[in-house]
Amino acid sequence: MKNIKFLFIGILFGIVLSKAEVISWYRIYEMFKFQSFHMYGIIGSAVMTGMVLFYFFNKGSIKTYVGDKIEIEPKKKGFSRNIIGGTIFGLGWALAGACPGPMFILLGRGVAAIVVVIIGSLMGAFLYHALKSKLPH
Amino acid sequence: MEFILQPWPWYIAGPLITLVMFFLFFFGKKFGVSSNLETICAIGGAGNLVDFFKFDWKKNAWNLTFIAGTILGGYLSYAYLTPDETVAISTKTIQDLSELGFQNAGARYLPNEIFSIETMFSLKGFLILIGAGFLVGFGSRYAGGCTSGHAIVGLSNLELPSLISVIGFFIGGLIMTWLLLPLIF
Repeated sequence: MKNIKFLFIGILFGIVLSKAEVISWYRIYEMFKFQSFHMYGIIGSAVMTGMVLFYFFNKGSIKTYVGDKIEIEPKKKGFSRNIIGGTIFGLGWALAGACPGPMFILLGRGVAAIVVVIIGSLMGAFLYHALKSKLPH
Repeated sequence: MEFILQPWPWYIAGPLITLVMFFLFFFGKKFGVSSNLETICAIGGAGNLVDFFKFDWKKNAWNLTFIAGTILGGYLSYAYLTPDETVAISTKTIQDLSELGFQNAGARYLPNEIFSIETMFSLKGFLILIGAGFLVGFGSRYAGGCTSGHAIVGLSNLELPSLISVIGFFIGGLIMTWLLLPLIF
């Protein structure tokens, strides 16, 4: 039951991305066509406000609810993993019009076809770990 | 109430995403959606085939609860908060899509040309859906994050690996949108 708060945070996230149409295939298409500011505005304002938040996290002036310092796990270093992995992800993002969060939100909206996309993404995550010793990182 | 029922503008949505991120860190967790794909694989028994998946998935139960919430949030907004599913894309975008064979672009959140039940049960439609998902899953775990972990958290924390990943997201997205979509459709 201690996890129940994460259900409510998830509900908020699902509603925000739904209402801002981030889950719409068309919004992703127009973003990559540079035909609208909408998605750039969302990601940009999230990153801008996020920078302020992380400044206070890293400074230690905002702590967790039990008073611990908030530690942000650094991302794994490496050029190949980020550029190749990122490019593969981008190909899928533009084709599906959905990244992992929106895939689940669309499931909640009753979009049956997204089940196939989610199964594909599980296969992809599985195969990456099956092959990763052979891939450049 | 009227304001809630309208599509929300970017300057509302962006800061609210940061609020979600704040709550997750405040409760001692992190903001990253694509790692749930690994957790679901682990629950499904992937550890029998690939050692990586032998981790104790229960430590990620909070993140699956978060995902359950996003599904519920999607349902609630669909059932109660979105009287009109029109997406106000530009006439230029509608025209570009019409040239690709997409009809009534923007009339609903998703194009029938990809997401209708008929398309899902056609061979080409099925391959597009499963292939798109595959690329998202493979790429996000290869890069170690998706839009949430890299584009939002990583960039906010001024991480170089995230900047490289986001550049990759755009290289892939631009290749798909400008070069491949016209070949696929």
